[in-house]
Amino acid sequence: MTPSDLAIRAYEISQGVMIKETCFGLQVTGKEADVDRIVSSLRALDPSHIFVKDRGFPPGDPRRCRANLGGARPGYFGHEFEIGLIRNISKGLEALPGRPPGELPHPPTPSKKPGLDAARLKKIIESQES
Amino acid sequence: MAKVFLYPTTSLILSDLVARFGHKPLSAALQVRERIQTAGLESPPLQITPEEPKKGLRWAAVEVPSGVRGRMSLYGPMIDEAEAAIIINNADYSFGCMGCARTNELIKYLVRKKDIPVLDLEYPRNEEEGVEFVAAIKRFLDTLEGGSP
Repeated sequence: MTPSDLAIRAYEISQGVMIKETCFGLQVTGKEADVDRIVSSLRALDPSHIFVKDRGFPPGDPRRCRANLGGARPGYFGHEFEIGLIRNISKGLEALPGRPPGELPHPPTPSKKPGLDAARLKKIIESQES
Repeated sequence: MAKVFLYPTTSLILSDLVARFGHKPLSAALQVRERIQTAGLESPPLQITPEEPKKGLRWAAVEVPSGVRGRMSLYGPMIDEAEAAIIINNADYSFGCMGCARTNELIKYLVRKKDIPVLDLEYPRNEEEGVEFVAAIKRFLDTLEGGSP
């Protein structure tokens, strides 16, 4: 499944909804019910590798489209970062149905390393002053 | 279906997983869309008006820089609306100028102060962590109102 395959499938079922193939995927613009219909139909083609999110700007908007601005589009850095690790999410989605129900997940969580103690900070300040 | 606040608010991964598992993601795009697609000539091109920092006073004190208050006029209503939240803590790309950095701190503070379920995570660095990451989000979302049992 390539992005252009997906675009062709989207055009087939668009029924008047605007479909635009962009530098980072497809943009589907229309009434909410129509967009939901197309998105669920496209997602069914490859559920664990097709990711969807809302977008604020309309397609080709000169305020955001990099065709007019040049360089990377604002917000692209976030996509670039997440796309770099999205294969891990795809793996998680594929593994989800085979997971025993009730098994506790152990996701990566922020470390509980304690911050600098106030008393220790005070000692540091005092040692600098003396 | 619960309204789930996302941090980072622009995250494709969180937005997709929350919607995929049957809830409504509250992401920055909704607020941006509301402003830029509303017809008007008040403050083109982005329709961010001088009123925004005033609206931000609801979530940040008057001494707080207007950049933070202006940003809070976008994120604050979503935090008020949220019934749950998912926070990814090591989203380094959301770092920006002082306005962004302080707004990010304030968002996390307000979410934690609000009495709603919050899931704290980090981005998965490998496939094993990815499996646990997705399972944790699914489990968290299932416990919310309207989640699958």
